Amino acid sequence: MSQPKLQVEHLNLSYGPFHALNDITMAIAPRQVTAMIGPSGCGKSSLLRCFNRMNELIEQARMTGRILLDGEDITQTATPLVTLRKRIGMVFQRPNPFPLSIFENLAFGVRIHELAAGRAIPQIVEHSLQAVGLWDPLKDRLRRSALRLSLEQQQRLCIARLLAVQPEVLLMDEPCSALDPIATAKVEELIHQLKREYTIVIVTHNMQQAARVSDATGFLLLGELIEFDATERIFTAPRDPRTEAYITGRFG
Amino acid sequence: MERHADQEFDELKQELVQMATLAEAAIGSAIQSLLLRDTAMAAEVMRSDEVINRLELVIDERCLRMLALYQPEASDLRFIAMALKINNDLERIGDQAVNIAERSLELFKEPPLKPLVDIPQLTQLVQAMLKQSVDAFVRRDTALARSICQRDDEVDALDEQVFRELLTYMMQDHRAITRAVNLILVSRHLERVADHATNIAEDVIYLVEGQQIKHNVLAELDKPASPPEA
Repeated sequence: MSQPKLQVEHLNLSYGPFHALNDITMAIAPRQVTAMIGPSGCGKSSLLRCFNRMNELIEQARMTGRILLDGEDITQTATPLVTLRKRIGMVFQRPNPFPLSIFENLAFGVRIHELAAGRAIPQIVEHSLQAVGLWDPLKDRLRRSALRLSLEQQQRLCIARLLAVQPEVLLMDEPCSALDPIATAKVEELIHQLKREYTIVIVTHNMQQAARVSDATGFLLLGELIEFDATERIFTAPRDPRTEAYITGRFG
Repeated sequence: MERHADQEFDELKQELVQMATLAEAAIGSAIQSLLLRDTAMAAEVMRSDEVINRLELVIDERCLRMLALYQPEASDLRFIAMALKINNDLERIGDQAVNIAERSLELFKEPPLKPLVDIPQLTQLVQAMLKQSVDAFVRRDTALARSICQRDDEVDALDEQVFRELLTYMMQDHRAITRAVNLILVSRHLERVADHATNIAEDVIYLVEGQQIKHNVLAELDKPASPPEA
């Protein structure tokens, strides 16, 4: 593998007395989709939130170990969080557009990060909407409230909002769980296109989705990374019997 | 945890065992008919292939339905994929039984060319391989499966020996040609049955271990990648 985009080394995370992640070490390849699967409470969302240090919003959360983004440790307090979260953006389970116009949803981050000003902003808006396939349907309605869009379009808009600030890594926490199967298929297709330019880490309960969209898959169980391998390998011939039991539904 | 799909996996396994039993019996009868010069038995082999063909379709359909309904992963996926392949091999074994029966009926039109020595020996070897490949599948026995793969060379050698011996008969007496060719074909059909048994054994290894051993795939993969061009 080329130099990993994200390198996780002996990562531990606890919420007070609860040990949520136990000595995770893994390398996430650039411009690939990495899926994290595992039963509820296994720590997959916690792991995702380590990458942009969202866990720090939770009191009593304590993280040790290292996470290297392009070889640079991002767990140090010196790392500016605003910059980190621009480089590593996150898409959530339920679409969460700002209660603003479609245009402003996209322009907001661009202004905050001072990535552009004046006439350059509409260009970024157009470019970002095009990347998620929303430009054609919405180009004449940019002043309308983003909250009036369908759920699928809202989720696409949230992805476009990330793209507008030129991130490198996209974290997706169950990005399709609020969507119907057709909208899910469209978002999956979008993920497939986005990986040409971005490194994507996706958490999903839907194993078929992990199988469909990802290049590598990690199986977490009770905070431990049981197995991490090429998706094809995990879904045809996993090495660990616990992975086997989980993905064939014989778990428990 | 018991899943409701487990029952269907059991049923698929039972159908494959039934298919294997029919294929084994067809080869056994075809050979018996040849050795005993029993026309009625040869005709029966040809008729009963219909049953094997029908069961093949039933198993194929079940596999496709299971793929569609359960979206199987890992060992479940390997089981269904290998069931499809084993099913196909067993059906082809049934076809070889028919081929042998057809050759037998041709051979019965003339007096025996010679007492058969190598072909019965080949038959024993091939039938044992077939039986063991089915046993390996039922018991998920990869050691047994590996031993079958190794014995395929013995079969090839014996087939070659049959060919060379019959060639001398043909060179000595052109009236022997029809019978010798038919016997060579019988030997070749048996050799094909051994190939199918070997396929089944290789599939059992993939099914159980998730490791592909066909065509020395592993040896190829283990080779270091060629260095990038300068």
